[in-house]
Amino acid sequence: MPKAKIDIEHVAKLAVLKLSAEQQRKLEKQLTEILSYIGQLEEVNTKNIEPIGQITGLENVTRDDQSAPSLSQETALKNAPRFYNGYFEVDAVFTENSPE
Amino acid sequence: MINTQKLTIQEASKLIAEKKISAVEITQSFLERAKKLNAKLNSFITICSDEALKQAKKIDELISDNQRLSPLAGIPIAVKDLFSTKGIKTTAGSKVLENYVPAYSATVVKKLLDENVICIGKTNLDAWGHGSSGENSDFGPTKNPYDLERVPGGSSSGSGAAVAAGQCLAATGTDTGSSVRLPAAFCNLVGLKPTYGLVSRSGVIAMASSLDSIGHLTKTVYDNALVLNTTAGKDFFDSTTQEKKVGDYTKNINRGVKNLKIGLPKEYFGNLDKDIKEKTLAAVKVLEKLGAKIEEVSLPHTKYGVATYYIIQPSEVSSNLARYDGIRFGFGRENFGEEAKRRIILGTYTLSAGYYDAYYLKAMKVRRLIKEDFEKAHKKVDVIICPTSPTLPFKIGEKSDDPLKMYLSDIFVVNQNLAGVPSLNVPCGFIDNLSKSSGVGLPVGMQIVGPHFSEELLYQVGYAYEQETKFYERRPEL
Repeated sequence: MPKAKIDIEHVAKLAVLKLSAEQQRKLEKQLTEILSYIGQLEEVNTKNIEPIGQITGLENVTRDDQSAPSLSQETALKNAPRFYNGYFEVDAVFTENSPE
Repeated sequence: MINTQKLTIQEASKLIAEKKISAVEITQSFLERAKKLNAKLNSFITICSDEALKQAKKIDELISDNQRLSPLAGIPIAVKDLFSTKGIKTTAGSKVLENYVPAYSATVVKKLLDENVICIGKTNLDAWGHGSSGENSDFGPTKNPYDLERVPGGSSSGSGAAVAAGQCLAATGTDTGSSVRLPAAFCNLVGLKPTYGLVSRSGVIAMASSLDSIGHLTKTVYDNALVLNTTAGKDFFDSTTQEKKVGDYTKNINRGVKNLKIGLPKEYFGNLDKDIKEKTLAAVKVLEKLGAKIEEVSLPHTKYGVATYYIIQPSEVSSNLARYDGIRFGFGRENFGEEAKRRIILGTYTLSAGYYDAYYLKAMKVRRLIKEDFEKAHKKVDVIICPTSPTLPFKIGEKSDDPLKMYLSDIFVVNQNLAGVPSLNVPCGFIDNLSKSSGVGLPVGMQIVGPHFSEELLYQVGYAYEQETKFYERRPEL
């Protein structure tokens, strides 16, 4: 197992979480402790052991692709803080000035 | 007027059928108690009087029309606030979803309402199901009705407290790695973590999808079986469900335990509170007296359970919580509480490039070994009995600053989720002279664990034991 050290700032960016410096410091300490506890799995010999798949042994569950009534546009948008013309509204991701 | 507080579902159902109490009367009585005690216990996030009374009136009309109804008709229950309820706020215990009103109901909720159950409210929980004590709720901790200074167990904390305090007759819960069984043990209740895939997860806010099991808490074993009759079964909306449901889980419930083989896993009896050990072994003696054969078994990978669980669970949590972006519903990610952030960061890390093999993949291999431990043991014995919690209900605040210490509360309950097997918590006594507020002591629970889809057998064992002991009769004074 890798040496238990998390780059909290990098991981928080991947997870789209904003953390204060204080929160980062606290998390780093707590997660280092937790990872060191998790590290005991190194003792377990898992050579030639297959990782578990579906726990009750189901495989390839499929069904026919049939259309059926679903939520109306109005209902689906009911909880949205912003919507426009029947669509969810979000801030622009790219703008004219975005680098290519 | 009938005192509804100490009723079981079985008793209430009979009173309703004999028209000794109407659905409206029983609903009003539980609504009143739920409201009155909520200031003390904080067990409910939402109490839905109007919807409950409307449903009750409908049921009374069906009764006066002499319609044949299910034994659950007119029974007031509570629903953990992780289950989507159409038109009723569903928060997951988090500020992120403080304003969220679902457009549809979870399959389990729909099935229960179709059977004419009355939902009186949504219960408090550790936000997103993350916790063993109820203290991680963004809406304040729930108190244990047996001692208001102690936790009721989590994450289905409000469900445990509400049933124990007589605010409802049953409550739904989810169990990803303790969340039905720990509150059941801490609140003197019967709590089922069903086999993975017996009960639909559709519409229940996902925590860790390969572990999430949908259960419920009741006062008695019989009541528990009655609820499973409705919730179990294959669901079009959850492709992990299977049609392994037994027609009626109450039918063979009094078959007894004669010649049944019960295994005691030695790994669960080492590092354990001595009073809890004593109570659990005394319970096993009762079953032995009833004709069961007791033998020692070994689940050698037990001690790796929490480490395995704390890789798989946060990994899946980080993935499931990625969808909360505040665009389609709810508020933004800055509203996640401390514990959710901790798990998202941990899970994002263990899944990130370069670490996946060392953590998630390794854990999924150990998970196979843990599953095989149970399979081997179940070749020798019919069921396994072990303690649910290594300690009694702890004081509010006692572990809240030390996440690792809190995670270790789950040491006896995560392995069943990793193996996908069912487990039933059954009350096995009280430790006296500790508890001031309830006057009846602090409850202890034990788990009865069986092979995949053996719920009927677990109920038989639990029922045989309960008939001898009747600990459910000891309700807290509030």
